[in-house]
Amino acid sequence: MCGIAGLIHRGKPGDVGSEMTSMLQSLKHRGPDSTGFALYGNPDANQYIMRFKVAEQDEVSKGFDIHHQIPIRRSKVDERLAERNAKVITADAATEYAFRYTIAYDGDMRGLIAYLEDIDNVEILSVGHSLELVKDMGDATVVSDQYHLKGFNGTHGIGHTRMATESDVDIRSAHPYWAYPFNDVAVVHNGQLTNYWNSRRALERRGHRFMSNCDSELIAVYLADRMDQNDDLEGAMTRSIDELDGVFTYLVATSDQLGMAKDVMAAKPMVLYESDEFVALASEEVAIRSVFREEIDTFDPYEGEVRVWKS
Amino acid sequence: MEELDTATGTEETESHFMGMHTEQLTGRSMTTFFSAEEAENFTYATAYEVDFNKRAEFECAEMEVRDINLKIRELMEQGHGTIVLKNPMAKHGVGVGILNRLNLIVEGSLGYFGVGLIDGPNVRISGRVGWSCAENMMAGSVVIEKNAGSTFGAAIRGGDLVCKGNVGSRTGIDMKGGTIIVGGKTGAFSGFMMQRGRMVVLGDAGKNLGDTMYDGTIYVGGKIEGLGTDAVEGEMTELDCKWLKRKLDIYGMAAPNGVENMKKIVAGKQLWNYDNLEPAEKKLVL
Repeated sequence: MCGIAGLIHRGKPGDVGSEMTSMLQSLKHRGPDSTGFALYGNPDANQYIMRFKVAEQDEVSKGFDIHHQIPIRRSKVDERLAERNAKVITADAATEYAFRYTIAYDGDMRGLIAYLEDIDNVEILSVGHSLELVKDMGDATVVSDQYHLKGFNGTHGIGHTRMATESDVDIRSAHPYWAYPFNDVAVVHNGQLTNYWNSRRALERRGHRFMSNCDSELIAVYLADRMDQNDDLEGAMTRSIDELDGVFTYLVATSDQLGMAKDVMAAKPMVLYESDEFVALASEEVAIRSVFREEIDTFDPYEGEVRVWKS
Repeated sequence: MEELDTATGTEETESHFMGMHTEQLTGRSMTTFFSAEEAENFTYATAYEVDFNKRAEFECAEMEVRDINLKIRELMEQGHGTIVLKNPMAKHGVGVGILNRLNLIVEGSLGYFGVGLIDGPNVRISGRVGWSCAENMMAGSVVIEKNAGSTFGAAIRGGDLVCKGNVGSRTGIDMKGGTIIVGGKTGAFSGFMMQRGRMVVLGDAGKNLGDTMYDGTIYVGGKIEGLGTDAVEGEMTELDCKWLKRKLDIYGMAAPNGVENMKKIVAGKQLWNYDNLEPAEKKLVL
């Protein structure tokens, strides 16, 4: 089933960490397997925020030698960053296996990421000037507490509660997906894509990388491919309605935009609240009402609809 | 416009002609053999004796859905005929399975499957409702002041379901009776596999309207993006206009361009493939 949610503050930033936690916790019944957040803080053009993991959570709880392997894998990342002259400004361990680095780098970012992911078990979750992508097992409160997201000040965010139907229950298959290699672009999705393998093969032939077998990752890669061909976000999303088969509703965020798209059958839910100060979207109104206690006007976007808002 | 046969145009005949008598009754039971002239009113054996002048209200914001529904039942058991739910905060499944006469007033919005499987209550909702509102409703009325989500009135069998705002897609899917009224727009696949009853859309309708409908009637006041398979435009009659006017008046609504300018969509019946042969017999014939 899965639940998705997103919000954008128009004008001034707010505590998107707490707001998204509250919204996603309200959608827990739609997907208890994992929860993910893509939050957008205050951008700094001089540095990149890189979120990556070197192991899966269940590996940590079951693996025989894993506690020894994790520091080795991380040190390999550090070595390769140094080798490519990427300056690490801060290096924080969000968990034993997931890390947040800020780096200064003026080289080929796509090449750098490919070089880092060449290390066994290393996955770059996101890179950007304002994007912080966090995903892990458990409900929104668990993940939010684990990664200290409450109090995160930012302009917008999207998130996902996952009920695994077509791929594994692990961080790799959890949402959001970063639209590698585009800085600050992330996607969450509720639905099923029926032309996944055909589209994936076509995109792989064009040089794109897939880290999971989850059909939702295809949307992120598809949008990245379209933007690589100079489509703007709205144009890429509009095209996706025709080119992606299946039933889906997805949200996409960039450094300053939030967008939603709904397939032509309108088979997956989405409720929208829009005001001059705030836009909130979720699979169910109950998530929006967790942020707005007072009575508000909401509505369902229609089939084949694409909308984009700016922060 | 097709003229009504005035020779048989009594009020009773008109309503019989339009199926209103049987519609009224099909909501009361799965049995289809009730007579319109039946003296005794059908009620469920477990129905509570309630007094509409006895009113109760309670705050729902911090309550679990199960507790809200149990509270409604408890109040009906105490004879309350008017119950006000305050701030249900778009919770799912509120007010389901009420098989009783009752004035239920909702101050706020409901989530998914609100007031589903009801038979008898009159419900007014000041906010919005989520997907599948009043699903399988059998009798009574539900009036929503704002918007509604998709599959609005799925498989309803009777009663009036009214949304004064816009609704999502697949409105009245598998509808088997009753009336759905939409004040604004409705999305794609509205009236999908409709079998009976009437749907009135005062605004625009999305694509595939009335797709594979077996029977029933859809009236649309605005633009129709596209008709579904075997849905065709029918001829508006004087009787249609009279019925529409009367029905809309009840809820203080009006067709923006007049009921006489509404479009009427019915089943083309090209997909009807019924005969008297059982499948085994059919094989023999074929």
